[in-house]
Amino acid sequence: MTEARIIVAGFGGQGILMIGKLLAHAGMMEGKQVTWLPSYGPEMRGGTANCNVIISDDLIGAPIVSEATCVIAMNLPSLDRFESSVQAGGWLLLNSSLIPRSPARHDVQTLAIPVNELAQQQGSQRVANVVMLGVYLAVSQAVQKASLIAAIEDVLGPGKRHLLEINLRALDAGIAFATKVQV
Amino acid sequence: MARKLMKGNEAIAAAAINAGCRHFFGYPITPQNEIPEYMSRELPKVGGVYLQAESEVAAINMVYGAAGAGARVLTSSSSPGISLMQEGISYIAGAELPCVLVNIMRAGPGLGGVQPAQADYFQATRGGGHGDYHVVVLAPANLQEAADLTQLAFDLADKYRNPVMVLADGMIGQLMEPVELSPYHPAAGLPPKDWATTGTAQSGGRRRIINSLYLYPDQLEQHIRAIFAKYAEIERTEVRYELHQCDDAEVVIVAYGTTSRIARSAIEKCRRLGLRVGLLRPITLYPFPFAAFPPVIERAKMFLVVEMSMGQMLDDVKIAVAGRKPISFYGRTGGIVPTPEEVVKQVQALLGGPGA
Amino acid sequence: MKTVYEKSPGLTDVPMHYCPGCTHGIIHKLVAESLAELGVLGRTVAVAPVGCAVFAYDYFNCDAQEAAHGRAPAVATGIKRVHPDNIVFTYQGDGDLASIGMAEIVHAAMRGENITVVFVNNAIYGMTGGQMAPTTLVGQPTTTSPLGRNRLGQGAPLRICEMLATIDATAYIARVSVHSIPRLNVAKRAIKKAFQLQVENKGFSLVEVLSTCPTNWGLSPVDSLRWVEQNMIPAYPLGVYKDIEGGT
Repeated sequence: MTEARIIVAGFGGQGILMIGKLLAHAGMMEGKQVTWLPSYGPEMRGGTANCNVIISDDLIGAPIVSEATCVIAMNLPSLDRFESSVQAGGWLLLNSSLIPRSPARHDVQTLAIPVNELAQQQGSQRVANVVMLGVYLAVSQAVQKASLIAAIEDVLGPGKRHLLEINLRALDAGIAFATKVQV
Repeated sequence: MARKLMKGNEAIAAAAINAGCRHFFGYPITPQNEIPEYMSRELPKVGGVYLQAESEVAAINMVYGAAGAGARVLTSSSSPGISLMQEGISYIAGAELPCVLVNIMRAGPGLGGVQPAQADYFQATRGGGHGDYHVVVLAPANLQEAADLTQLAFDLADKYRNPVMVLADGMIGQLMEPVELSPYHPAAGLPPKDWATTGTAQSGGRRRIINSLYLYPDQLEQHIRAIFAKYAEIERTEVRYELHQCDDAEVVIVAYGTTSRIARSAIEKCRRLGLRVGLLRPITLYPFPFAAFPPVIERAKMFLVVEMSMGQMLDDVKIAVAGRKPISFYGRTGGIVPTPEEVVKQVQALLGGPGA
Repeated sequence: MKTVYEKSPGLTDVPMHYCPGCTHGIIHKLVAESLAELGVLGRTVAVAPVGCAVFAYDYFNCDAQEAAHGRAPAVATGIKRVHPDNIVFTYQGDGDLASIGMAEIVHAAMRGENITVVFVNNAIYGMTGGQMAPTTLVGQPTTTSPLGRNRLGQGAPLRICEMLATIDATAYIARVSVHSIPRLNVAKRAIKKAFQLQVENKGFSLVEVLSTCPTNWGLSPVDSLRWVEQNMIPAYPLGVYKDIEGGT
């Protein structure tokens, strides 16, 4: 059985929930079991957002991720809060554009990515989340790239079709960054 | 229809419309707001009516009126709002009207908090308002089941002329999972609503009265006995539950809804440690699946009840087990969802060691 | 033989339970006549209150639903939204409408709900035995204001028509009385007009009828009628407070 358990966290407006939804969507299209669980309530008003995503070959029990295979931290408070949630040997992906410190954990695989700058190079900081999605895709292979692209197309719909190209460029930028660093 | 990634609240709303619900009355409260939002968007497209009431008190009484007029009608709320509705629910049960209620539970008492809880079990399964009555209570553990049970709720309500509640919590409401809404066909043999108030011109002059007032005690007792005859039939025929790995289990966890998923993950971890643990999951909370217990009691060494409350379903498990095996309880409350690891620790403590 | 008078087809044959001298029976008759004359009895659904008129569902010759205390406008809303072609009305007393059911009546009016409300105000809780109502007059003794309603601490009468007439979505708001034959004729016209407006889908209509409670007022039926004229009308002026058709 393979199971990806992901925590995505950051500010509201960074497209945190969207990263999770795209992953769940892609997993569903591959016929896998998926869950997506957002934080909700007053903390949402405070400007932070996080979601838990599980993509599994088997029926999913608890949808709350306690031993994550990957934590994606898009800002410093998210790293502070969720660093301890990565299981040993799991991935910690950091947005180094906004996170000035290194992680304290040494039993996990860490990648620091300046996603804001990489997104800006593609034309807009707004696709920083998709750059990070590309990085996650490259390091985890939790879903296929083709299903992720199909999920992006689905979510954009006909109304935002014109945004597809920049999103695909952002995805590729993330994949390229991860591949380069890992090699 | 293909599988679609939906939020639990949306899956419930979509399933209601799929089951022919065309009237919704409600009042905003976290964490169920996606239900009224979905209904306000989608009901007008199918010729239905969405109305935001001035309070939950008004909403449930609009449900009473609409149900009495013969409509398939839904309201949804969360714990404090459901408390406000109890007067109306009692009247609806007393007047024998069909309707579907959704409670996406949050933590209480009082204003409590908005995070998931299961502390409305007593209120849901014991009646909730004044008088002798029950509400049929369905407790989904995943979103496909939430959709399927919502559709079933409308059939059960119409079949028994009684309110039916879908009881979930904030986690089920906010969660996204793939859901497939299959074409809906009402259950066979549902009785015609010839009691609905649509005007005497449509009934050949026979007046239809929707009422729960019986000032003569002998008449009221007779009325209540008739209602309880229905409950006896419901208890005979509508019990639903799931057994998971109970055949060889030394410890059987009893949990419903969200906590049954936590238990499922805990059981998987326990099994890897060589601990024989199973799950008994009530799907109907009223009627409670007492009948599921006797064979499980035979084989299990002990029971562990897990709830997001200080122990409410625990009472029903005590009734079911009737002192024949020990029962332990593990609960988190106030909006905290227990982790599988916590549950594993409980099992390890019960079996006296980290693993077999 | 020539028929000179007959009971309205809008009423059933069930004997009414109202106390001697109470004007509920007259008001029932005016409502029943209006529905029959408009030809809508067969598509009318009544909503009965909690209070003295709780058995209204037995007296009006149409379908009916019995509501919880104060909730009749919400129940009527549910009925009307399912079958907009039905004529739906509530029949509520002052405790039911002006106290426990204040939110429901204000919001039904706010929505311009296309229903008719017959509001019977006798300045007291009748059914429960003569307790103080929000409409009780200052100085009026009741079983829960034995020294008379004291403005300090117990407040002053709520004027429902004046209040609801400020709500934009209402169509027709009037206060009438049935203490004399001329007044009774005015009351009949107001009630019939309220239903007529509903038939025409004009929106929310309410007629407040000043009524008597000889039993709990401790007055004879005749003295009760006089009490309405001398004490209630000064506190609750009669008239049309809102008419989207511009009439008075």
